[in-house]
Amino acid sequence: MIRKVVYSIFLAIIVLSLVLFFAAFPFGKNKMTVGKYYIDHGVQQTGAANIVTSVVLDYRGFDTLGEVSVLFAAAAGVGVLLHMIGERRERKVKVPPNFVVRVGSRIVFPFILLFGVYIFVHGHLTPGGGFQGGSIIASGFLLLYLAYPNYKLKRGGLAAIEGLAGLTFVTLGLYGLLTPKVSFLYNFLPMGVFNTLVSAGILPIIYVAIGFKVASEFAGIIDDMICDVMCRGGEK
Amino acid sequence: MIYYIGSLLLIAVGLYAVLVKSNLIKIIIGLNFISSGVNLLIISVGYINNGTAPIFSRLGLNPNTMVDPIPQALTLTAIVIDASELALAVAFVVLLYRHYKTLDIKKIRSLKW
Repeated sequence: MIRKVVYSIFLAIIVLSLVLFFAAFPFGKNKMTVGKYYIDHGVQQTGAANIVTSVVLDYRGFDTLGEVSVLFAAAAGVGVLLHMIGERRERKVKVPPNFVVRVGSRIVFPFILLFGVYIFVHGHLTPGGGFQGGSIIASGFLLLYLAYPNYKLKRGGLAAIEGLAGLTFVTLGLYGLLTPKVSFLYNFLPMGVFNTLVSAGILPIIYVAIGFKVASEFAGIIDDMICDVMCRGGEK
Repeated sequence: MIYYIGSLLLIAVGLYAVLVKSNLIKIIIGLNFISSGVNLLIISVGYINNGTAPIFSRLGLNPNTMVDPIPQALTLTAIVIDASELALAVAFVVLLYRHYKTLDIKKIRSLKW
């Protein structure tokens, strides 16, 4: 009974807030306030052609640092939860992957890596960036895990890449405090030529760091889950 | 407008799954539905009729017709966070299943209230 009451109150709050929301924000109308400033001044201030990137990494860079920490916390949580009990054994698969999957994944894997790297290197020019590129690279590792039952990533190496990437982000941010314009994540490098690969100062470097970090964290999550589910063959 | 309706439908389906279903996997899928709906909703708030992407990829793009970049920046990170928290939720379910040997929340006594 009390459950139903709580549910109804919860639903009423959601419906009410959605109705108020739709009344306040009609679809397709221009309702920008801060966004307009970013579009008008983003190119001069950050040098990135992609305004979304300049918002993510420059205007709201501190927020992105928080998001990366949330991602790290979630990945660490998965690792802690799944390794709390029991020891790890060799992975067992019921049906071994067939020839086509094994050879095909070996052919496709370098291209997946290349595509992921392309996505996060061009994050300041095209739609893309570290988060998307990192996820693509991690999906390549998932393919390897599915195709080769004995495949195993080295967790020490993953942790080192992840730590170095996070450290790069924080160090670049802290270096901004040493520049004459004392502010965290200040874009101290020269802007370069607009709309070319080497432009926008520190933004591409940060996006590459984020790409490595996301890729290693997702690969770690995949490793945790696949090994946890498949290594316990005896348990029901 | 179709985007508003679509996101509302996604949120409604997700809420139904979370509130009514008793299988933990279905509840997690419902949570994922809700987060997709919310992401779509945030993106569609920033949309402007006949707008272009906020990217100055070539000369001659009119800044006045560009859509709002902030909702896109917010959802960009939110999608990745969603994925990792989905993994965390699934890890919890794996542990619960191992402990109680069931996925039905009506049979898990310590979740009852």
